[in-house]
Amino acid sequence: MKLINKRRRFLRDALALTGAVALGGCDKLSETQWAPKVLGSATGLSHATQRVLSRDAMAREYSEADISPVFRPNGSTHPQSAEYRALAADGFRDYRLGVGGLVAHPLSLSLDNLRALPNRTQITRHDCVEGWSVIGKWTGVQLSRVLKMAQPTKLARYVVFRCYDQMDDDSEYYESLGFDDAYHPQTLLAWALNGSTLPIPNGAPLRLRVPRQLGYKMAKYLRRIDLVDSFKHIEGGRGGYWEDQGYQWYAGI
Amino acid sequence: MASIPEDATSPSPVATPPAPTVRRVVYRHTLPLRIMHWINAICLLILLGSGLQIFNAHPALYWGHASHFDHPWLSLGATRTGDGRLRGVAQLGSHRFDTTGWFGVSKMHGQPTVRGFPAWATIPGPQWLAMGRAWHFFFAWIFVLNGVCFFTYALWTRHLTRDLVPTRHDWRGIGRSIIEHALLRHPKGEAALRYNVLQRLAYLAVIFLFGGGVVLMGLAMSPRMDSVLGWLVDAVGGRQSARSIHFLFAMGFIAFFLIHIFEVVVTGVGNNLRSIITGRYAIESEARDETHQ
Repeated sequence: MKLINKRRRFLRDALALTGAVALGGCDKLSETQWAPKVLGSATGLSHATQRVLSRDAMAREYSEADISPVFRPNGSTHPQSAEYRALAADGFRDYRLGVGGLVAHPLSLSLDNLRALPNRTQITRHDCVEGWSVIGKWTGVQLSRVLKMAQPTKLARYVVFRCYDQMDDDSEYYESLGFDDAYHPQTLLAWALNGSTLPIPNGAPLRLRVPRQLGYKMAKYLRRIDLVDSFKHIEGGRGGYWEDQGYQWYAGI
Repeated sequence: MASIPEDATSPSPVATPPAPTVRRVVYRHTLPLRIMHWINAICLLILLGSGLQIFNAHPALYWGHASHFDHPWLSLGATRTGDGRLRGVAQLGSHRFDTTGWFGVSKMHGQPTVRGFPAWATIPGPQWLAMGRAWHFFFAWIFVLNGVCFFTYALWTRHLTRDLVPTRHDWRGIGRSIIEHALLRHPKGEAALRYNVLQRLAYLAVIFLFGGGVVLMGLAMSPRMDSVLGWLVDAVGGRQSARSIHFLFAMGFIAFFLIHIFEVVVTGVGNNLRSIITGRYAIESEARDETHQ
């Protein structure tokens, strides 16, 4: 009987301990260097699986009736740099999108140049990493079209987007995409939202649209685009402003 | 649940004349099932905590494809009273409740803080969406792989068809089973070895409806997967509906967990715990039953 009681007590204590370790331990593990890396490895698996399952499938496109009354802006909504404010004051007449890095033909495109290219309009859903969604109608040029004009070299593997908006730590927003997403037909450099010129809170004069990923991938206030073979040496080295804060580079989930 | 009697007669040390019962230890849960049970328990605990962390990034739920920010069906928010104190407000449909200390506003390091669910319920404790997502998606994979292993094993060993799917006889006894559960009267002896009908239905619902549903609704929230799961997203009314249903299934798991723990306690916590850790489950049966074996 004594032995059974002892065993029971051991089982009970072991269980209580497991629970406490599980909850308290998660916080401690989150602060280590290695645990977040291990946890983050699951995203690589998710990316590989989702790539196989969805390939080039198109994001759902909605009807005019589905458009949200307000396209909620998030993150930066009014870039404060002198350079950006000067451009904005002039209606972005002097704006030029630079395209460079590992390309055969570096480009410098004005908004008129971009608007003169064949464009695409799509009513797609925007999913924020926080959990909410809004639906808007976007018009712009397919990124693939601009990339074909610039002709990435064989070494190029990623497309890096540099932005005008400064974040809290004074670094500038940036993002990056792999070629599968960069060349997807719904990946746009958009200059219009819901039939009007893109408003400043939503990323004027030009922002990225990647409807199969979360909002933080869709860089606003685009300054220039660089083709690179690796983003290890850019800013925090993880391929984007939020990625450098611990968010996953692949944001399709 | 393999109810294979092990050492068929191991007389209880207290089996003396007045009560002619025999304590018999049976090997109830096989090793793979025990391992999968605990992997599942750990996964659910972490998925729940990290899920509430993710929920806290935007503590409001909607129906439809997009968020109608003025009309969440559930939100956990905060207001400030006239004297500047924070009050937590949970809004469910058109009803509002003061939930200070629990939802909307709860203490962090002794300070009232605006957050949907309190820090003790989220992984990690502080507001940290990126880390919550990392925990959630890692353990989601383990949860799914463990679930696939369980399903394969349960089919293969006929655990599913023999122990979980109610028999015709079970169905006929459902009324009596409901009354017995309500009166906290539980089967004893040999009868305790097989799952009763409510238990079977609860396990099936949790495994297939909650388990399958929560995974599908999670996938329906992925913008990339939506490009191939559009039919599923539409079937439930949109991505925000999928997020709501994902949350409701998670609440269903909590409800199941509470009932599960309650039943474990009232039917003998030591015996139940031992059987799910070592596999060995003791039953008391009348000595004369033994002769029929």
